[in-house]
Amino acid sequence: MGKVALRAGVGCAVVACGIAAVAVGRRARSRRGWGRAVALLKELEEGCATPVLRLRQVVDAMAVEMHVELASDGGSKLKMLLTFVDSLPIGMSLIARSFSLLRSDQLHVCVVGSGPAGFYTAEKMLKGHEAAKIDIIDRLPTPFGLVRSGVAPDHPETKIVVNQFSRVAGNEKCSFFGNVMLGGHGVSLLELRQLYDVVVLAYGAESDRSLGIPGEDLGGVYSAREFVWWYNGHPDCKAMPLDLKNTDTAVVLGQGNVALDVARILLRPTSELAKTDIADHALASLQESTIRKVYLVGRRGPVQAACTAKELREILGIKGLHVHIQESDLVKSPTDEVELENSRIRKRVYELFNKAATSQQSNPIMGQRELHFIFFRRPDRFVPSESSLHISGVRLEKTSLEENGDSGRQVAVGTGQFDDLNCGMVLKSIGYKSVPVDGLPFNIHQGIVPNIRGRVVNGAQLEHTEVEHGLYVVGWLKRGPTGIIATNLYCAEETVESVLEDVKRGLAASGSQKPGRQGLLQILENKGINYVPFSGWQKIDSVEKLRGQLKGKPREKITDWEELLRVAHA
Amino acid sequence: MLLSRLSRLGARITGEATRGKFTDTRRGYYEGTFNNYLHFLRNRTLSTTSSDKAQEEGSEQTEKISVTFVDKDGEEKLIKVPVGMSMLEAAHENDIELEGACEGSLACSTCHVIVMDVGYYNKLEDPTDEENDMLDLAFGLTQTSRLGCQVIAKPELDGMRLALPAATRNFAVDGFVPKPH
Repeated sequence: MGKVALRAGVGCAVVACGIAAVAVGRRARSRRGWGRAVALLKELEEGCATPVLRLRQVVDAMAVEMHVELASDGGSKLKMLLTFVDSLPIGMSLIARSFSLLRSDQLHVCVVGSGPAGFYTAEKMLKGHEAAKIDIIDRLPTPFGLVRSGVAPDHPETKIVVNQFSRVAGNEKCSFFGNVMLGGHGVSLLELRQLYDVVVLAYGAESDRSLGIPGEDLGGVYSAREFVWWYNGHPDCKAMPLDLKNTDTAVVLGQGNVALDVARILLRPTSELAKTDIADHALASLQESTIRKVYLVGRRGPVQAACTAKELREILGIKGLHVHIQESDLVKSPTDEVELENSRIRKRVYELFNKAATSQQSNPIMGQRELHFIFFRRPDRFVPSESSLHISGVRLEKTSLEENGDSGRQVAVGTGQFDDLNCGMVLKSIGYKSVPVDGLPFNIHQGIVPNIRGRVVNGAQLEHTEVEHGLYVVGWLKRGPTGIIATNLYCAEETVESVLEDVKRGLAASGSQKPGRQGLLQILENKGINYVPFSGWQKIDSVEKLRGQLKGKPREKITDWEELLRVAHA
Repeated sequence: MLLSRLSRLGARITGEATRGKFTDTRRGYYEGTFNNYLHFLRNRTLSTTSSDKAQEEGSEQTEKISVTFVDKDGEEKLIKVPVGMSMLEAAHENDIELEGACEGSLACSTCHVIVMDVGYYNKLEDPTDEENDMLDLAFGLTQTSRLGCQVIAKPELDGMRLALPAATRNFAVDGFVPKPH
């Protein structure tokens, strides 16, 4: 059917050309002069032109033919035919390109980082391009990034998404390579770009913003990220020298969800934590912890607090916890009212603060654990103890809110009034920070890779940007360390859309046949890198679950790097 | 009692296995682990009650309602949903691309759907605090947004139309006029 239509279409076009040629010959003999020649040419053009409708039929017929040929998997002459035609109508050249991709050229894609951004990217790529062959590499022997080492142990529902990611990893076109680092002793960005048609960086933010105030390097001052990695059994933080026994007070700087997570872990009864997949060393430490009071310090007020309602509701609901909120902090300015009006989430968070403030008891009962929300304060310096190696407190400066230009955003400015808050431990929860690798454009100020809808660009000024062909970015490295797991879904959709557009236009695939996975395996072998395949992770997974079962936990995480590798390769 | 439970388990396993979307992936990895399986059961028990009953009682037909999903491109798909089943499950059984990261455990906002007619929206139970907490974070939230896992088919909802979020870029919720075919 398709073939008949195709032949009919092509036949008609040929006949039209023939008639035109005959007409040209006859008229050229009888008429002379320049004007005549022009008219003649015009006629020739019209005579040769194939009506759009007919062209459409030809294209459609060709598409049908391609499908038939692909289905039968026999050789087709169409590809050759199309290669010999120089300028095809847009529709046809697109078909020709995707056709050639479908037929022979695989699209080799490497995703660096196996957290939500990486896995959502792999999933969308698999759905969006039939010939995509995807390799996901990760620095750790274990996949899933912050779903494993970021999400709090008492939030098991949030981790269910790994089921979906595991199905992606189980796809035959997708492979996982754990224990493979980008840069350093691992594989360089340059090497990856030589091996793959498309490289998508999804390695997130593995460092911390710093406050830049005196005393930040004193003992007892940690980043919340390190603390989170510690209780989640990240192999890099298992040996963190954390002492929870020398003080009864911890200060958390920041009021976002990470701040609430770390405060909750410090305050929640350990009998409840014991039933989660919290790392064994962390549970043991927390069971001996003497910390009874946690202060959550924010530069701005309850209207601007960065947490979500779910996390706030949860911490306010901890059994037997005394919550303290200064009622005067809840007074709203007209600008606050506008902010609340414009944000459903801010409004609901504020209502929770309000409810908690009005229902709180005036004083804690002896021995009761306490949570204090401190608003309108910013850290000025960390105060050293007598030994001067460890902190004994934080000096806070009172702030007030000022409108920042026309943006409507209110920023905290210092008032020059200070007070000291005594404590033996500080967790800085002021944001994660991405780290650049060699050969990667990076905006130090914003802490992200400059990009246009996921396409990595070089050059600081917008008018001088140059697209780094075949290099893309997704997740925190693309948009900064904010958002929830689902944010990465839309983020990945955008990046993959850019990749697919570029592949269609022939920009991402370089034309030369890149080696893809075979090349990666060769490099790993040459460098003696013992990578962990997904089946290796599955071994770790079952050992962890088995060990967990013996303790009444969903899993007991293996936190030692060497042991992870040993179990994976057993 | 135990026997009937076992047979129900069996029915579920075969149900899952025969459903096309899992056949080419490594389902076995999950089924092998006890915890995951327990979790799986917990999640399914509530919402599959009616269909299980139908299997047990044999001849008795489960009542089904019609629901139309309008996807991101405005494409429509009419499906039949057994009373008692969640829209998330119904979408997955019918290959509608509705995400479900937390598999219906109210820990994410990825199964966000928009009820396209306020009349139907008002027929739903009010969202709980927990659902609202998740809706706070949903992409493209509207006045008639819900989580697909919390909308359970009941007879009054027959004829309901649900849009997947991106579709709202093109269509207003109430004034939506379907394209003639």
